[in-house]
Amino acid sequence: MTLREIKELLEAEVLVGHSQLDREITTAFGADLMSDVLAFAKPGSLLLTGLTNPQVVRTADVLDIAAILMVRGKRPTPETIRLAEELGIPILATKYILFESAGRLYSKGIRGCMEKVESDRATG
Amino acid sequence: MPQDDGIIYQNSFPVEGGNFETAGQVSSQIKAILKSLNLPKEVVRRAALVAYESEINIVSYATQGEIKVVVRPAEVVVEANDVGPGIEDIELAMQAGYSTANEKIREMGFGAGMGLFNINTYSDIFHITSEVGRGTYLKMVVKINEKKEHET
Repeated sequence: MTLREIKELLEAEVLVGHSQLDREITTAFGADLMSDVLAFAKPGSLLLTGLTNPQVVRTADVLDIAAILMVRGKRPTPETIRLAEELGIPILATKYILFESAGRLYSKGIRGCMEKVESDRATG
Repeated sequence: MPQDDGIIYQNSFPVEGGNFETAGQVSSQIKAILKSLNLPKEVVRRAALVAYESEINIVSYATQGEIKVVVRPAEVVVEANDVGPGIEDIELAMQAGYSTANEKIREMGFGAGMGLFNINTYSDIFHITSEVGRGTYLKMVVKINEKKEHET
């Protein structure tokens, strides 16, 4: 799916990255814990999150995340938007909750960037 | 083999403890530099990731610190040095899920106890030493022509 199709599917607002809507997305990862995003997310994935601070963008940048989708009506802080513009990482915002967003994306063919974690990487 | 000659790039970046607003800035900078050196994407990503986790640790726990990057033909070495409380039980701190993070750190989305665990996973060689009441030193090596088993 392209970011544009994702935007339409989730009635999302594009806050950063209007020029990158043709970007193709095939996998996604969802979490509010950046530590877990760093542990598990794969390059080129869409990141679904409810966290809105600039660290979301920093994390996305480090991991080569394709775009950020903020769920359940969360709005990024101005500093987050400024940083995403600077680093060229698209941010979309949807009112759908994480579960609904993920379900709708999955039904259109988007898959998790992994299915399960390895047992030693779950948590201590 | 590590060698002192053949340094392609090296620099040190100061990191301010407790400054959550700019946390991650140094790692973004390091990533951009590594990218401009035309290193393999996967090497850039792993080196940026270990730098970022180290930076978050310095911001979260230390008073001040610095991150040093040295690039040689066969490796990227990232060293993180801080003046801070140090780590009492390194073995425990390395375990996934173990954390001493406060509310502020958790609000940022960190403090899940994955930092050192992630660093260990994403670097080819990882050394950590720490002295309680003094600080912590991390050395992370990402090899350039060697693929880690897991595709990152």
